[in-house]
Amino acid sequence: MENLSKKNPAEIEQDNMLDNGRLRRRDFLKYAGASAAGIAVLSLGACDKNDDPIDNGGNAFYFGSGDIAILNYAYALEQLEAAFYTQVANSFYTGASDLEKAYLTDIRDHEIAHREFFKTALGKNAISQLEFNFSAVNFSSRDTVLATAKTFEDLGVSAYNGAGWLIKNEAYLLLAGKIVSVEARHAALVRDLIDNGSFANSEVIDSNGLDVSKSPTLVLQAAAPFIKSKIDVKDLPTY
Amino acid sequence: MNLFNIFDTIAQVDPEFNERVSPRREAIRNMASFGKKVTLAAMPFVISDLFKKAYSQSAPTDVNGVLNYALTLEYLEAEYYTLGAAASGLVPSGKPAGAIATIRDHEVAHVNFLKSVLGNNAVSKPTFDFTAKGTFADVFSNYDTFLALAQAFEDTGVRAYKGQAGILKGNQVVLTAALQIHSVEARHASHIRQMRRARGGAAANQKPWITGANDSGIGAAVDAVYMGEDNKIQAEVDITSLNGVGGKISTNAATQSFDEALAAPDVLNIAKLFIV
Repeated sequence: MENLSKKNPAEIEQDNMLDNGRLRRRDFLKYAGASAAGIAVLSLGACDKNDDPIDNGGNAFYFGSGDIAILNYAYALEQLEAAFYTQVANSFYTGASDLEKAYLTDIRDHEIAHREFFKTALGKNAISQLEFNFSAVNFSSRDTVLATAKTFEDLGVSAYNGAGWLIKNEAYLLLAGKIVSVEARHAALVRDLIDNGSFANSEVIDSNGLDVSKSPTLVLQAAAPFIKSKIDVKDLPTY
Repeated sequence: MNLFNIFDTIAQVDPEFNERVSPRREAIRNMASFGKKVTLAAMPFVISDLFKKAYSQSAPTDVNGVLNYALTLEYLEAEYYTLGAAASGLVPSGKPAGAIATIRDHEVAHVNFLKSVLGNNAVSKPTFDFTAKGTFADVFSNYDTFLALAQAFEDTGVRAYKGQAGILKGNQVVLTAALQIHSVEARHASHIRQMRRARGGAAANQKPWITGANDSGIGAAVDAVYMGEDNKIQAEVDITSLNGVGGKISTNAATQSFDEALAAPDVLNIAKLFIV
């Protein structure tokens, strides 16, 4: 990381352009062979007669391209979190304290605010409401609910951190910044509920004091087990 | 604290100061009216408003500028927690001491990381006065004061990084690193807020997220830190007009769910209260 400053803007831009490829079909195929995670996007391949794993049919879950695709990507993650916490707050786990209920209800409302904001801001470009699969989550178990919450919050932080540089529009970038720090506040709280003091432990913070960051491809791979709908992210910027 | 002495001191260092606050009498008159509304503890942050009017701040305009701006804030935080963790009898042992040590280590790592990135272009560490000329005289002997200022620094840090994202747009390495530091500061803020809540008193209802403008329980002294956090309009969308559970999204949830940015001059005005 030394002497970044010596790189001139043109070189940096060139680097970015080289890295700023679309999510390629080859990548999907690679994950298809590699992962037992049952990535949702891959299920597209199973029913597609022309053997193309990407659904090009312009369905309700086509993310679009460029910044729109990234906003839909954020919208999808907020949908996931909002759906999760809605279910959590509908019937709290056994032994939830009043303070835990209050915090988890707050978080639910924040995620709904994020979801509804993206839906409104994207307008006709917004993907439809996704269907989720939380069958692996035992909502009556404190341990399971908080562990899942931790996974989602840390994943959300890594997603916004990793997608920031792909955003072309400064206003959208600022919005992502306004949201990610709230996700980080959630992540820290949930972690502290599990184990007080683990708000920013070495699972998520590296030796340079940097938080997690993941490409859209890796984030979607991690979220895939929870997403039932077949999403089309062929034009989503990633790296 | 004698404000007029401070102005005189500045006038000696910067002969044009009086002209810039011209007419100076008006500045003093403004100060007098401020004085009716705020307590003495609030004065440093009020003065910063006057300074903002008097000086044109040198906000960052390029990548190195942003990195040095970040480095200055990290120097401040790193030294703050280093001194706090080392102060005998300040932070209770056990979980509190562990948390402060964790945060200290991150801030020190941020300093080292930014210095390594900047190389010879790195600015040097300022000399800090965390009492802000005596206003927070017990900052390293009173645990509550220490936590209150820690919260102000963390919440300011979160806002400061956000305010610079535009300059770093499209830069995979630097923007990503800045975002990675930014979210760590937000995790710190969340935890410090929980620590303050556990202390009770004015912070008894403190949440890990920011509700409205200045929910800190610290008072007007930190109004500048939270200025604008009560915004509920995002990209021309009024968040309180959106559907929530059992009605529209509440104003509290609308302000909590989006952290606001703070422009460099506003951040520098806060930081320089602690810079000698």
